[in-house]
Amino acid sequence: MTTETHAEAVDEDRRNFIHIATGSVALGGVAMFAWTLVDQWNPAADTRAASALDVDVSKVPLGGEIRILIGGKPFFVRHRTPAEISAAESVNIAMLPDPESDEARLRPKADGSLNKAILVTSGSCTHLGCVPVGPSQGNTGDYGGWYCPCHGSHYDTSGRIRKGPAPSNLPVPNYRWVSDSVVNISL
Amino acid sequence: MSGHESKYTPNSAFERWLDTRLPIIRFANDTMITFPTPKNLNYWYIFGAILAVCLVIQIVTGVILAMHYEASVDGAFASVERIMRDVPYGWLLRYIHANGASMFFLAVYLHMFRGLYYGSYKAPREVLWIIGCVIYLLMMATAFLGYMLPWGQMSYHGSNVITGLFGAIPLVGESIQTWLMGGPSIGNQTLQRFFSLHYLLPFMIAAAVALHVWALHVPGNTNPTGVEVKDIEKDTVPFHPYYTVKDAFGVVIFLIMFAVFVFYAPGVLGHADNYIEANALVTPAHIVPEWYLLPFYAILRAITFDLGPIDAKLLGVIFMFAAIAVLFVLPWLDTSKVKSMRYRPVARQFFFGFVVVCFLLGWCGAANPDDAVIPALQGNPSLVVSYTVDGAPATNTYKGGDEVFEQAKAFMASLPAGTNPSLAAVPAPTFAFRHLSLILTFLYFGYFAALFFIGLTEKPKALPESIHKSVLKRKPKETGNAVPAE
Repeated sequence: MTTETHAEAVDEDRRNFIHIATGSVALGGVAMFAWTLVDQWNPAADTRAASALDVDVSKVPLGGEIRILIGGKPFFVRHRTPAEISAAESVNIAMLPDPESDEARLRPKADGSLNKAILVTSGSCTHLGCVPVGPSQGNTGDYGGWYCPCHGSHYDTSGRIRKGPAPSNLPVPNYRWVSDSVVNISL
Repeated sequence: MSGHESKYTPNSAFERWLDTRLPIIRFANDTMITFPTPKNLNYWYIFGAILAVCLVIQIVTGVILAMHYEASVDGAFASVERIMRDVPYGWLLRYIHANGASMFFLAVYLHMFRGLYYGSYKAPREVLWIIGCVIYLLMMATAFLGYMLPWGQMSYHGSNVITGLFGAIPLVGESIQTWLMGGPSIGNQTLQRFFSLHYLLPFMIAAAVALHVWALHVPGNTNPTGVEVKDIEKDTVPFHPYYTVKDAFGVVIFLIMFAVFVFYAPGVLGHADNYIEANALVTPAHIVPEWYLLPFYAILRAITFDLGPIDAKLLGVIFMFAAIAVLFVLPWLDTSKVKSMRYRPVARQFFFGFVVVCFLLGWCGAANPDDAVIPALQGNPSLVVSYTVDGAPATNTYKGGDEVFEQAKAFMASLPAGTNPSLAAVPAPTFAFRHLSLILTFLYFGYFAALFFIGLTEKPKALPESIHKSVLKRKPKETGNAVPAE
């Protein structure tokens, strides 16, 4: 369609094409640059690389635990006493807020057997990410496991939530037994 | 008001030259000198000026602190201590900046309560109010980001709690949390991005303040009667000198109080825990935000129950954000056409109740949620022996005085082996802070619901005819001279 208002004819189709083409290129460019701007918020390659660790569990004292940081995230490796193991196993699972058996929270060794004495869990409370206190701080909560001082969540000797605002059990991280005394924990 | 005629006359040749090229003197003159302002503004109207001063103080001290601060997990804590000990007057600048945040919030809360009482959010000032809410949100974000920078225990674990809030949002929460932290946890990368954003946001606040003042100058100030200006000659006075001087007096009083904090109690609003360097493996026993965020923290923690598919954690986050979001829609929640609570006897009572609720929520936010509100009313704890019978848990409870410990011990000794008895003191059930927080949370939202219904039914008192008349009525003429003092 053309209009004859000026001495020269104005080609509306041609103008529309130029507007749409210019707009599309600008929008595409903005979208691609926005991708860059958003993606840079993600973890950098070196941050992601520092995400696994070999831990010698033979150094953990009986009834105690060690606390390790992998990529800044805390993990508990606990050497449970026989009483603590039986406390974890004797619970009626159906009554738990987040039902999970103690065995389901352990990972088998290379030969398929379980080392029930060593429990590996995440060290951040599933409520809002505080680090619960445990045997080394002298407070294991009402169920002998861990106690989160921030908002009062109690975990048992299997790291399962028993009481308080936390919605789920302390997650078991990805880990595997490298040998009889070494586990490899990765994020 | 935007309609008011410019009273500026360029006097010198330079001013005339500039006025036709960049009329900036005219603009300043029209907005800050001759701007017609209701003549009945009381001292609750000085906080705008005080807030402007606060923003300038924070930006000036903040830019200087950034010259000495090091945004890295290895250097941040030490660089803050260096500012305190080695940088000339670094202690003063940092204390002004740290206490300045509290003063900023103190002023903004008074400013907001003023707006709530005198109905400053009502038509035609809804956009003005919303921009104010945006500024408040930006302030909270800036304060949170800044609190992380000293890399103390409270910085680290407080940030953990707040970034964890975003993780509770379904579907996108985890991505947002990872974006905020820039890794699996809060680390060096998080500190660097928080520092960058903490530097950026105050300038965004400054831009929002410019919009806020612009939006104020279109309809003009509200005033304690809530009656709009009808006659510029009779109802208003020029901003300068009447309100420049009044505001300046308020600013001076405010700065005296500010200085009392900076020089005599610089740490009283902070937490001792933040002078311990951040340690990811040790969570402070009691994580609390700064005082100005406590009411929202109380709301977050008040929700300890699931609601259908929404778990308690997400529900707490929803309520906390809703507590701020409700302010944005307030202009449409309040159905009353009468602005000032002076003429709304019923709503006025609710307003004062709301202020009390806000204070009590702050009190709850600072307390341990499981503690008794009134410890004297809590009975003695009972002793509970937990043991297992054939794998099933069983308990035996003892209540009473000192003698029950012996009884519980004797019972434990009488149990056969393999029952794993353990003894615990269980506090007596009582009215705890989490119960009070829950009630207060509903009262907080209840106020906004109440405004909706009260506005539909209440009979407001008679409004004065005009600002001018209201001033005359309050000052009965004694000398027979009807001209009000100006």
